[in-house]
Amino acid sequence: MMRASRNHPGWWAALGHRLSGLALALFLPVHFLVLGLALDSDAALDSVIAWTDQPLVKVAEWGLVMLLTLHLGFGLRVLALEFLPWRDPLKTLISLGAGASVLAGLLFWIVAL
Amino acid sequence: MQDTADREEMLTVEIWRGREDGALQTYRVPRRESQTVLDVVTWVQRNEEPALAYRFACRVGMCGSCAMQVNGKPRWTCRTHVSRVAENGLLRIEPLANLPRIKDLATDMAPFFEKWQGARGRHEPTRTRHEPMAPVSSESPARKAANAGIECINCAVCYAACDVVGWDENYLGPAALNRAWTLANDERDADKAGLLQAVSQSGGCHSCHSHGSCVEHCPVGLNPTAGIAGLKRMTLAALMKGEL
Amino acid sequence: MLEARLYLLQRASAMLLVPLLLAHLVMILYAIEGGLSAAEILGRTRGNLLWAAFYGLFVTAVAMHAPIGLRNILREWTGWRGRSLDFATLGFGALLLGLGLRAVLAVTV
Ligand code: HEM
Ligand code: HEM
Ligand code: SF4
Ligand code: SF4
Ligand code: FES
Repeated sequence: MMRASRNHPGWWAALGHRLSGLALALFLPVHFLVLGLALDSDAALDSVIAWTDQPLVKVAEWGLVMLLTLHLGFGLRVLALEFLPWRDPLKTLISLGAGASVLAGLLFWIVAL
Repeated sequence: MQDTADREEMLTVEIWRGREDGALQTYRVPRRESQTVLDVVTWVQRNEEPALAYRFACRVGMCGSCAMQVNGKPRWTCRTHVSRVAENGLLRIEPLANLPRIKDLATDMAPFFEKWQGARGRHEPTRTRHEPMAPVSSESPARKAANAGIECINCAVCYAACDVVGWDENYLGPAALNRAWTLANDERDADKAGLLQAVSQSGGCHSCHSHGSCVEHCPVGLNPTAGIAGLKRMTLAALMKGEL
Repeated sequence: MLEARLYLLQRASAMLLVPLLLAHLVMILYAIEGGLSAAEILGRTRGNLLWAAFYGLFVTAVAMHAPIGLRNILREWTGWRGRSLDFATLGFGALLLGLGLRAVLAVTV
């Protein structure tokens, strides 16, 4: 059950940060394996790149880039909370800032792709 | 329109009865002006359920003994007005989260206080009572940092709100670490190294993910997240100087 | 103190990752313009020491950062504790480092 005490921006930011970090960590070995194909031949790498041209895979890649932006924005939030001097009103600002940077990132990717 | 003059307005109140394997029981409680959640619980105990177990003492937000979950959020019940928390005339009152339940609304607070000890939450003096008092400037940055955290009433509201406490049984929690932070900034404390070691164990300050649920719920407006971040920086500095 | 060390490593690598990831994002955006091909990627990266250093650093930072995060998540969400967890996540770090450096090798040499 969703606890009422979790429903505030800081908690949602932390959940988004965690899930995006998890997804990235699972993606990376695959990313590295694909790039490693170039060891065999350029053609092997090309065949995977061709595969990624499918619409569904493109959407997944696009999602991945979004996750990266998300993790980056929320990661900056944590670093700001831990390493910058702040007081209570600033906490909201930092969360808003992280939210805004994430939104800007998402918008950027929507426009770009 | 309902005429409150002849028909009393009523609250529907669900209260946890029993231990871990208890259940919510529903009561009808008359609505009063300026009524607090603690008033509601007391009304039920006096009029409906004499055996209802719950804790309170000061009733003015000083002692920290009356905290409970109210509609899913931890609150000091003596200072929480029904008008602020009732949802369509409904209140759900449960024992404080993240603590073992004893009976009804009373939890076992022992783990909470043991963790204060775990965070080395007791003052180690630099002087004996036979020496003059240490002069401490109220203007020094360290004293200001300590002052910002010393009004804690040990209510465990933050402890109940913190997810990491629920996920990791070793985690010392916001209140104990906030206490450690005030001591770390106290010029009269003699054992800074021991303190920084205590908060660097598994389950110490580095386990905090800055969710901020503690800040969100602390009834006296303290900011444990900021204090814990301070401990993180202090332990890093000690680590890099080889003192940890 | 293990926890303090891991904390230091994770935050330091996170700070290092900020510029690296931003650069990678810009690179991706630039690269996918007009479709991607192995020839295009490798033409950029092969024999380029700067790219080799960039991706090498990237892989090293990620191989420190991600396993520590994973260790926290597993501790808190699955109840897996102790030595076995430490070694498993260390293994994951080694895997990332190995595969990552192999990938850097593949695209730069
Ligand atoms: C979690 C982190 C990372 C994410 C989310 C990510 C994501 C991506 C994406 C989406 C692409 C575009 C591929 C395509 O559209 O087919 C790409 C390209 C690439 N990535 Fe990553 N990547 C990450 C980390 C790394 C690391 C650590 C390396 C180091 C070896 C790396 C090396 C490359 C290379 C060499 C390319 C080709 C870029 C080019 O055209 O020059 N990536 N990455
Ligand atoms: C822009 C670069 C990055 C920054 C600034 C960053 C920042 C952070 C920070 C500060 C944390 C600690 C969160 C906490 O314990 O409260 C974290 C956790 C984590 N990061 Fe990153 N990170 C970055 C890149 C990455 C990458 C590339 C990956 C994956 C390969 C990744 C995976 C993770 C994971 C799995 C966690 C654990 C999340 C959690 O404990 O909730 N991060 N990141
Ligand atoms: S900021 Fe830290 S201590 Fe406070 S609720 Fe979050 S995890 Fe718990
Ligand atoms: S920090 Fe606040 S919420 Fe936590 S025990 Fe102290 S007074 Fe209560
Ligand atoms: S009864 Fe003392 S704080 Fe509520």
